[in-house]
Formats: sequence, C-alpha cells, structure tokens
Amino acid sequence: MKVQEWKQGIRDGIPIALGYFSVSFTFGLMAEEAGLAWWQAVLISVTNLTSAGQFAGLDIMIVGGVYIEMALTQLVINLRYALMSLSLSQKLDRNFGTGKRLGLGFFMTDEIFGVAASRKGTVSGSYFSGLATLPMGGWSFGTLAGALLGGILPAIVQAAFGVAIYGMFLAIIIPQARDDFRYLIVIVIAILLSCGFRYIPLLKQVSSGFSIILCAVIAAGIGAWLYPLEPDQEE
Amino acid sequence: MQISMYTFFGYLVVMAGVTYLIRVIPFALCQGEIKNRFIQSFLTYVPYAVLAAMTFPSIWYSTGGLASGLAATATALILAYRRKSLLTVALAAVTVAFFVLLIG
Repeated sequence: MKVQEWKQGIRDGIPIALGYFSVSFTFGLMAEEAGLAWWQAVLISVTNLTSAGQFAGLDIMIVGGVYIEMALTQLVINLRYALMSLSLSQKLDRNFGTGKRLGLGFFMTDEIFGVAASRKGTVSGSYFSGLATLPMGGWSFGTLAGALLGGILPAIVQAAFGVAIYGMFLAIIIPQARDDFRYLIVIVIAILLSCGFRYIPLLKQVSSGFSIILCAVIAAGIGAWLYPLEPDQEE
Repeated sequence: MQISMYTFFGYLVVMAGVTYLIRVIPFALCQGEIKNRFIQSFLTYVPYAVLAAMTFPSIWYSTGGLASGLAATATALILAYRRKSLLTVALAAVTVAFFVLLIG
C-alpha cells in the first residue's frame, strides 16, 4: 500500500465527494418521497454508486417495471462504464491485479474515472482506493441526509449545486484541450454530437445512455483515426 | 406507496448486479497492454469524449434556470481554462449559479 499515493487519491477525491453529496441528497429526497425507507435509499446508493442509473432505477421501482426492464435500462445507462473500464485498464500499474480489479472496479464512476484517467503516469491500487473513499462516503451520507432531512436545504442551494459535477468535468477536459489541439478536436466533436442528440428531432428519441456512448465512440474514433497518438504521448 | 420487501431486494440485486458486472468485467479481463496504436489512441481519447458529451448540453440545464446555467457554464469554462483546481471550478460555478438564481 503506497501511502503517499493513497493520500493523493484522498485529496483528489474531495471535490468529487462534495459534488456527490448534493446529487445523492436529491436521490435520497426522491427515494423517500417515492415511499422508500431511508435505509432502502442508502442501500441502493451503497450498492450502485451511480447517479443516472439510480434515478432511472428508482423510476422503474415506482412504476413497477419488470426485472428485465430494470436490467436493460441499467445496462444501457451504465454501458459507458464498460468503455471507461476498458480505457482505464490501459493505465493501471503492474500491481493492479485481478483481485484489486474485482474489488476496486466497483468504484468506476464518471468522476472517479475522469480524475484517474487524467492522472500523470500509471494508476495504482493505492491511488484509486484513496480516490474512491471520500466520494463513496459523500454519496452514502448524502443519500442518508436527503432521505432523512428532506426539504431542509433551501431549493436555491440545491439547484445551484446541480452544476458542481459539470464544473468538475470541465476542470478535467479544458486544460487538456488547451494544451493539445487534438484533444480539443475530439472534445468539440463530442460536444457537437451530444448537442445534436439533444436538439435534433429524430435523434432526440435516443436515450441518454446510448447517446453518450455513440458520441464518445464516434468522437474518440475520429480522433484516433485523424490524430493517432505516440505510445508515450498518452500522459 | 410501499414496495414489498421481496420486490425491493429483487430490484436491488438486478440494479446493483448489472452495474457491477458492466464495470468489472472489462476491468478484470483486459489485463494486457493493447498494442494496436489506433485502439490505444481511441481509449486515450475516450475519457475526454465521454466527459465532454456528458457535460454539454446538460450543464446549462443543471441549475434549473437557463440564466444561472449559462452563467455557471461561462464561469466554469473560464476558470477551467485558467487551470484552476476541480474544487475551485466546481464551487465557483455553484456560487455564480446561486447568485444568479437569487437575483433572478
């Protein structure tokens, strides 16, 4: 266990934890309103650790969808995690063996992936576990707080917090876009495609899970085709 | 509106199970280093493409109002461009959104 790396992970996880607290607070709130007990909401958060998937899952629980519908929805919405796992697997250090992967793989979320993927050099189990710690706490505790406290946080504060996670994403991608125009191209393509899926009439029908996968695959694919990277250029 | 305990745990297992398998199967199976340059480049670009796709256009709808959303977006873009930390960018965006919502 590399304590120094673990500590860096903890430090890097702080902004994620803060963002998670507010988002999971909303989840706890909604779960409680839907009739779930506080411990059920917390259990969902602790076993899933995914915002989009949990909100969608909650909807299905409420309307009473069949299990296969739950499974497919989760599959589509969370499919991007498979892409992230594949991507991050290239960046793990030699000691990140199967055992660690089976355990730590659980914590593959958008933000944790984003931070780990943008780290210089290889990612160690120590760093990754440090990184995941506070976010996990923030997510669980936020859910608990939301389920128990309900409408205590002023609506305005909750609304403002909605942008926190996106702010984090920008802090990761913009500097890279600034330093290397090839990444800028990939990012711009992804953004254009994503907006296309959101605003163009026919494409609007595509669910957000599929949309994200398509945008990412196409943008990254075009980037890899037009601007292949030298092996040592990957951070 | 109550969900029966049996049903709840059924849903929970399906939800958590599917999510876990999606994350862990590629993570555990893909052990070696991929040699193919196209695939390597692709996988390196993926994180940035994914985050970009997830952020836009959602970010300007994330605060409930377009004015606060756009203001927060602009704030985040400027600070991120100036290489501010994750925490700084996030909190600044939240603060700006808060004030715009307050005024608006």
